[in-house]
Amino acid sequence: MRAYLPAYDLRAPETLREALTLMGDRARRWRPLAGGTDLMVLFDAGTLPEGHYLGLWKLTELRGIHEIGGAFAIGALTTYTDILHDARLARSFPLLGRAAAETGGVATQNRGTVGGNIANASPAADTPPALLVYDAELELHSVRGTRRVSYDRFHRGYKDMDLGPDELITRIHLPRPHGVGFHYYRKVGTRRAQAISKVCLAAWIDLDPKARTIRDLRVAVNSVAPMVTRCRHVEDALRGRACDTAAAHAAVDALTRDIAPIDDVRSTANYRRHVASRLLEEALESARGSV
Amino acid sequence: MADAPAVDVRVTVNGHEQVVTVHPMARLLDVLRVDLHLTGTKEGCGEGECGACSVLVNGELVNSCLTPALQVDGASVTTIEGLAPGDDRLHRVQQAFIEHGGAQCGICTPGMILAAVTLLERHPQPTDEQIRTGLSGNLCRCTGYTRIFEAVVRAARLRPGERAT
Repeated sequence: MRAYLPAYDLRAPETLREALTLMGDRARRWRPLAGGTDLMVLFDAGTLPEGHYLGLWKLTELRGIHEIGGAFAIGALTTYTDILHDARLARSFPLLGRAAAETGGVATQNRGTVGGNIANASPAADTPPALLVYDAELELHSVRGTRRVSYDRFHRGYKDMDLGPDELITRIHLPRPHGVGFHYYRKVGTRRAQAISKVCLAAWIDLDPKARTIRDLRVAVNSVAPMVTRCRHVEDALRGRACDTAAAHAAVDALTRDIAPIDDVRSTANYRRHVASRLLEEALESARGSV
Repeated sequence: MADAPAVDVRVTVNGHEQVVTVHPMARLLDVLRVDLHLTGTKEGCGEGECGACSVLVNGELVNSCLTPALQVDGASVTTIEGLAPGDDRLHRVQQAFIEHGGAQCGICTPGMILAAVTLLERHPQPTDEQIRTGLSGNLCRCTGYTRIFEAVVRAARLRPGERAT
């Protein structure tokens, strides 16, 4: 452990109001800390910025998964374990559980939170592609008030988010599910657990069972752009088309306009481009096979 | 610089209520090993990847190298030292590990055993898949995992206190 302990202040307020008041203090910057599974890795390595940290774990206002008329409001402090145990989410939004199951191991899943995952803004995050596919909306609170941001507009660039220094993500809203559809999620990493994505693709595809045309779809990826990304060129290329081989070719072609993979410590641009294309093809084949 | 002072953290460790005066960001791993002299919990990687530092906090498996001390204020922590029901008896998981060769160098073993204990609480008769998933955050460089999985299967079949062989 390389950090100099006295340089880190950590306080855990009892209420959201108290937390937001501290976050709104212009004289001092308080950085939120939820489960700690990302920030404490940096701390252990000696690279976490020194200063004041706000422990969020007592804020019950940020916990709980609520369903109203088919739509869900997921508290920002919901852990991956919480997601895995929620049968309603498994029915309506199965990709969340698929992502949660592939995040770290049991110990990480017990502490890591959805809000923390979003705010950490890693381009390799595993749950955000599922959130993008499900048209998630974020609820943000500050002393100045509340606002909502469509999650697909939240990440603007590498670690650049539409989140003010005094704002906390409090809830993730998932509107009513699109319909039955076919849900696909595949994460490719070095091993099947405790691995960071080399590339991951999430998709929801609504196929007309008789005509076998794609009525609507959502496709999202990680690790192939500065942030997790919706593949809008792919979606535009496929919407309304018959789900056949020609469509798959068009989709893979369109994918090259949605992604910008790079070489880094985990993988190469070539591998990512190739595997992302294969995942997209697999998603389409699987969707076809499901009707 | 924040120049944060140490704070009192009240935590129950293996059934004993403690108050430790530590920096709030101090790793639970270090509080256990250095402040409380419970060196059964090991540091393998210091980045939450290997599980050697696993302990139970309020019954849940966590990586103590990633847990700030303040986060366990008011909580109940179980380490490997707190597992055996008595001085002369071992927990059935510990017994099964010994008798099935589930430990070689031993560095992964405390975390691995706690992961197995919490797995068996959730899945008393786990499938092979559930065992692999439940232990997927605990890395072992010595055993090749086979005897560890066999020990877990065996422990699942033992009544508490029953010997493995």
